[in-house]
Amino acid sequence: MSGETFLYLLKGLGLSLVLGACSLVVALLGGLAVALCRLSPRPWLRRPATAYVEVIRGVPLLVLILWIYFGVLSDLFPLHWFPASILAFGACYSAFIGETYRAGIQSVDPGQMEAARALGLSRRVAMRRVVLPQAVRNILPALGNEAISLFKDTSLATVIAVNELMNRGKQVAGRDFRTMETYTVVALLYLATTLVFSLLQRRLERRLGVGTAHHDPGHH
Amino acid sequence: MGPRAASLLLALPALLAACGGGKDAARILVATEAAYPPFESKTEDGTIVGFDVDLVRAAAREAGLEAEFLDQGFDGMLPGLAQGRYDAAVSAITITEERAKVVDFTDPYFEAGQVVAVRADDASIRGLEDLRGRTIAVQRNTTGHLAAEKVEGATVKHFDSVEPAFLELLARRADAVINDLAPTLLYAKEHPGLRIAGKPFTEEKYGIAVRRGNGALLAKLNEGLRKVRASGEYDRLKAKWIGDAGR
Repeated sequence: MSGETFLYLLKGLGLSLVLGACSLVVALLGGLAVALCRLSPRPWLRRPATAYVEVIRGVPLLVLILWIYFGVLSDLFPLHWFPASILAFGACYSAFIGETYRAGIQSVDPGQMEAARALGLSRRVAMRRVVLPQAVRNILPALGNEAISLFKDTSLATVIAVNELMNRGKQVAGRDFRTMETYTVVALLYLATTLVFSLLQRRLERRLGVGTAHHDPGHH
Repeated sequence: MGPRAASLLLALPALLAACGGGKDAARILVATEAAYPPFESKTEDGTIVGFDVDLVRAAAREAGLEAEFLDQGFDGMLPGLAQGRYDAAVSAITITEERAKVVDFTDPYFEAGQVVAVRADDASIRGLEDLRGRTIAVQRNTTGHLAAEKVEGATVKHFDSVEPAFLELLARRADAVINDLAPTLLYAKEHPGLRIAGKPFTEEKYGIAVRRGNGALLAKLNEGLRKVRASGEYDRLKAKWIGDAGR
């Protein structure tokens, strides 16, 4: 593979990273909203959030992308490829990450909330200051999984001609008739990125003391 | 598992019933991207039909072969042929120097040309020369894609197949599509929101692709094509599927 071709693929990886990062931010915020709504005592918040998770989780991401880009929405309001991709990835992963958050929140001993409330904190403040920090620490490994999965799924944006790594790989493979070589390089570029990501995640987990005793982080 | 292996597996009960007769030597497996009418497309029940399909079936029959068709994305079609996943590929494939380095082509069977398709209400584009700096949607790795890459300052959006490229144009996210004349005419006929700007600006010839080194099949298909032309079957098929859209 020529240096020029490699650089062309590398630029695609850059776009995949931008897509992945922006979508992840949307999904982390959206997922939190979904989880809080699902756990809310108010039915008018809980029910739509539950329905959202069930619907989005049951539709293949590929279908969701095509539906947003070429389907109903495109007739009313043709979205540019970038917001359309972020919307599709963000919407999909909000559902999955929402469930991860919910698991994390429910894994925190209810006594924590009760104690915080007994100290006079409102439910909202107790959730933000006491429960969520513990929940996020518990689900960090799972969130890392979702983030890697999301990053790899950006390759699906190929179907709407987003010129990310996979699309460029297909182009190069078909143009140069070097299928094996091209897809090997594409695979290694994705892999190298996720390995770097895993490394960063491990550091973050160590810093936050993931896996150490919950209530007594200083005592080993 | 390759498509060929998969189809063999599906055919396993029949093969067993025939007491392990093995592969029928008179059959050839032909790959086509069944999303390019009038050359190849799928009917509602999933049958692959089109000018290419009828032509290759007829040419193969003349040569004593039976052609079976396999739907295969255009992207991996020639690499798949080079790897021996099927015996031949017919998919409105323009014979180019680059492609002829990896597969062999039969004698040309159709003359085609690229055209520029635009929205009917867009008077600003009258042909290829007006595409500078505009956004062009194409099917990846087609000769239309190559033509679009040569347009100065243009943004090229390449899709897996040609239909989404047309959808992109209709959704106003692209200014033009560059594609072969006959399929574009057909699409514009079904979608009045589109028109063809200018005349075809390339001269291209389609060929049936055969794996390199399979000279026997190449010779048989060429002989079959000659017979199909001589018998008038070629003209009949062309009239049936393409009408006046041939060059």
